[in-house]
Amino acid sequence: MTKSSVKKDKPAKKSKKNIILSAKNVDVFYGSKQAINNVSFEIPENRITALIGPSGCGKSTFLRCFNRMNDSIDNCKVTGDIRFAGQDIYDPAVDVVALRARIGMVFQKANPFPKSIFDNVAYGPRIHGLASSKEHLEEIVVSSLKRAGLFDEVADRLHEGGTGLSGGQQQRLCIARAIAVDPQVILMDEPCSSLDPIATAVIEDLMESMKENYTIVIVTHSMQQAARISQRTAFFHLGDLVEFGKTRDIFTNPKQTRTQNYISGRTG
Amino acid sequence: MNTDHILRSFDKDLNKNENLILEMGGLVEQQLIQATRALKKEDAKLSKKVLPNQSRIREMEAKLNASAIQLLALRQPVAADLRNVIMSLRIAGHLERIGKYTKNMARRTHTITKAEAFTGSISTLVRMSELVQEMIKSALDAYNNLDVETAEEIRSRDEDVDHMNNTLFRELLTYMMEDPKNIAGAMHLLFIAKNIERMGDHTTEIAQEVIYMVTGEWPAEKRPKGDKTSQIIFSPQDLDNKQSSPEES
Repeated sequence: MTKSSVKKDKPAKKSKKNIILSAKNVDVFYGSKQAINNVSFEIPENRITALIGPSGCGKSTFLRCFNRMNDSIDNCKVTGDIRFAGQDIYDPAVDVVALRARIGMVFQKANPFPKSIFDNVAYGPRIHGLASSKEHLEEIVVSSLKRAGLFDEVADRLHEGGTGLSGGQQQRLCIARAIAVDPQVILMDEPCSSLDPIATAVIEDLMESMKENYTIVIVTHSMQQAARISQRTAFFHLGDLVEFGKTRDIFTNPKQTRTQNYISGRTG
Repeated sequence: MNTDHILRSFDKDLNKNENLILEMGGLVEQQLIQATRALKKEDAKLSKKVLPNQSRIREMEAKLNASAIQLLALRQPVAADLRNVIMSLRIAGHLERIGKYTKNMARRTHTITKAEAFTGSISTLVRMSELVQEMIKSALDAYNNLDVETAEEIRSRDEDVDHMNNTLFRELLTYMMEDPKNIAGAMHLLFIAKNIERMGDHTTEIAQEVIYMVTGEWPAEKRPKGDKTSQIIFSPQDLDNKQSSPEES
């Protein structure tokens, strides 16, 4: 017995993941209102990290710091140190468009372009000049659709409009579009909130298989979803990071009373 | 728990579970008190009264199982709530076992008193049982009050039960070696001692489960194991030379 447990321990040590995203003393202000208070934590590579918390707790705001989506909001100010693979992403020298290709995003509401399914996925590779030929572009589109688990459903209508797909398919199309530019991280902001349980399960299963190649950070209102799919969970409340840890610990034995109250549906 | 759920019917379901455990525990406690009294008074009639209780305990365990499964399916409890539900299932299992041992004890009491068999060492047995009764009461209190300290204490008290069991084992062995006529009665008494010792073990398990339920961590060190009866053996020489310790021979 001791022998096998020793064996088990070894690969676990080996697979200790690199930190791909890190935040240190991050504050976010909307005008004079502080939305995030001094948040620091590290997101491991090839894992799914879930951000949970009640509405208005700052979890989406925080997610958007990672690909500088908050830049486009006029009175939003982000301070502190946010690093992607060791590089300060708020360094003025950083090319934001290139950064967003490395850190893709999927939104709450599926937002395919009013173009064909093919063009939706080809859009990113085209503007970033990733494809060397027409055939190469096709290859990227097909493999992205396959990775997003959508190809079989749309193989015979690649040139039909993307907006004609079902909600779940549209969301997977958006995931394919994010994947097409070969990102390392995919940020997801409530990706399943308007989907039925089956479409949700398909996306969750997809995320599970995607984590081999990507790091996923997901904001979700569904604690059960966070419990089902993530390996790490961060609980936000009123702009504070209350607790961050292994999902299995957070849901069986949270250390903070605020976490305990929130996840078990208590007033607190 | 210190705060209530936003969805109040959740609390109702959890309370229902907790009340079932306490009710079950009360019944088990009562049953053991009765069985002990029957043993103390060597009262066959009284011992018979214990027997039907066990089916009620079993029914309550089934009720708790159903209610816990329903709670898991419909409420999907997490964290302290989850630990509460899972531990209630285990605690109910232990209580049912304790009830079963009590029934067994009453049965054997009935047999030996009816047959007017040998009944030595009864006062030690009664003391042992009273110790376990107190442990059960404390365990139920600890469960009810989420009291880790009391639960911790129970773990050490089980050692005393084990020591008494070791003593009884030697005593009864000696009686049997002294006169073969004692064997039938002593065998039953030995089994009663074993039953009580097992009750102590189950109670200790309950205490550990209360600790896990409250803290989310199992007690760190292994609980002290005091049952040494598996290592005791007597030889005829021991009878001739009672001063020497049996373990050294």
